[in-house]
Amino acid sequence: MKQSKWFSVRTELTQKQVVTLSVMSFIIPLLLWSLISYVPFIWHPKMEISEPGAVSYFNKGMLIDKEDFYREVDNLEGTGKPLPKGDPANPVYLPAPHEVAAAFYKAFTTPPKRQEEKWLHESLWDSIQVIFWGFFLSSLVGVPLGILAGTYSVASKLYEPFIEFFRYLPAPAFGALAVAILGIHDAPKIAIIFIGTFFQQVLVISNTTRRLDPSLLEAALTLGAKNVTLLFRVVVPGIITNVYKDLRILLGWAWTYLIVAELIGTSSGITWFITQQARYKNFDNVFAAIIIIGIIGLTTDILLAKLGKRLFRWEKNNAATA
Amino acid sequence: MTKIELPSYLEQSDAVRDRFERLKKRPVILEVENLYKEFDTPTGKVTALKDINFKTYKREFVCVIGPSGCGKSTLVRTLAGLETQSSGRVLLDGKEVQGPGPDRGMVFQGYTLFPWLTVKKNVMFGLQMTGHSRVTAEEEAFQWIDLVGLSKFANSYPHQLSGGMKQRVAIARALANQPRILLMDEPFGALDAQTRAKMQAYLMEIWKNIDITIVFITHDLDEAIYLADRILVLKAHPGEVQEVIEVPVPQPRNPDQFLSPEFLATKKRLEDLIHPPKKEDAEEDRINMVRMVPVDDEVESVF
Repeated sequence: MKQSKWFSVRTELTQKQVVTLSVMSFIIPLLLWSLISYVPFIWHPKMEISEPGAVSYFNKGMLIDKEDFYREVDNLEGTGKPLPKGDPANPVYLPAPHEVAAAFYKAFTTPPKRQEEKWLHESLWDSIQVIFWGFFLSSLVGVPLGILAGTYSVASKLYEPFIEFFRYLPAPAFGALAVAILGIHDAPKIAIIFIGTFFQQVLVISNTTRRLDPSLLEAALTLGAKNVTLLFRVVVPGIITNVYKDLRILLGWAWTYLIVAELIGTSSGITWFITQQARYKNFDNVFAAIIIIGIIGLTTDILLAKLGKRLFRWEKNNAATA
Repeated sequence: MTKIELPSYLEQSDAVRDRFERLKKRPVILEVENLYKEFDTPTGKVTALKDINFKTYKREFVCVIGPSGCGKSTLVRTLAGLETQSSGRVLLDGKEVQGPGPDRGMVFQGYTLFPWLTVKKNVMFGLQMTGHSRVTAEEEAFQWIDLVGLSKFANSYPHQLSGGMKQRVAIARALANQPRILLMDEPFGALDAQTRAKMQAYLMEIWKNIDITIVFITHDLDEAIYLADRILVLKAHPGEVQEVIEVPVPQPRNPDQFLSPEFLATKKRLEDLIHPPKKEDAEEDRINMVRMVPVDDEVESVF
């Protein structure tokens, strides 16, 4: 067998290579993070005080700029008073991997500081609901409109120009308006996700619809298909796998609007958790929460890919599942 | 080289002449009258088809052949109703047709099977479009699938089939609607030579046994002669009927006839019509080749 090549243009890798590379793609950033966290002479701009010595404002466990630390040491040098001691440390906003790992467990098991506040999993569930409703409502309207625009020129010319214009308006700009109309709870947040997703969605889906092989339509015409049957029996099944793929990508976009949406009205969900923990300077929890968002996103996508493989068994290259 | 003396392609044996006489007495299925097709291009109007007139008789096999760009695809697409003619009429059973319909089945070069449907459902598609219930459509579909020998693959998806098998499904799908005429646009053009020969045999077998009239587009001279009763030869720029050849090769056909004098005579005639000896080659067709092998090379000349 020929030796497997890592670099040749547009050639499939072996299964083993794929797995190795996928694992590496997570290991490499983790290694960088560990390197910065655990190797004292890399970065570490702070000193964590282990013994305050004679410096009055130093406390045990305090983080202080290296520059200030050494100035105090210089000042005390020769006076005979006890010198402060400390270890190089990173700023509080960059916790080490093991601290974040611990926070994963801690964040779910620590009760909220105040009674009326929510547990992390409750916050997460709120966020997932907001995303779901925003995305679901957007798709409910956006997908049919996109398919219509891609199929009938009348539909395309009727609303696509306006949507082209509207999609440039940043969704968060509608925050104040959404609150004024929809109140301060979940409704305006769902509205922001809707606005952020919907306009892109119509355009993406209409483009996908236009890419349907026209010869399939011609074949259907010569077999006796007419207008509406053509739409439902050929256009829709013909593009469904690509629409499914588009929706997976668009769902990712919806998540990017989540943080902005949740800041509108009463702060809620995972965003509320993150800001709250940042206020308490629990940056390990902040990192844990951010990573959880990533894990949820990736898991959803993998699950949807698996589902796509089941739903669209006719797909040769599994475009819907790639 | 010894020159082979070929008879004229116009010479027909008694049996063949008799058959053509009887053929022309059959009812006319498709009639094309003064068909013109013009396209608007940025550089002005282009005439793709100019004054096309012909008739096909019931259960006749007509091949349309011509150089590339002669509009043979445009012609068959116009017959199918996928293109609208600029002027002229297409009559099916004496009635003018407009737009595509199930009375004119079509088989495309690119198979155009619906990838999301199994073989069975692909064949059922047209039946259901034309008002069959699910149950009767399924029964009929099975018959047609069996007819093209793909019963074992009824529940397979198109991507699991070879090119030849896909095209057999496409033929079954078109025939299932029992169209008056079957239009085939270079259906075997994408197949390898062996599969192609097999498909030609299949098609002949189907044609013999079913009430179907076939208009078949090809650019392969052998294919045209082997399959056709008559060959419509088009010429390019603009697409015009140059000659309608009555193929003097006796029916039923078999592969041994490829070297028969009638076959070769017809082929010679088609060659002359389609690739006429040109006085000067078009500028873009010439290549500028100079000898790039050293004079003292081991192989001095390839001849």
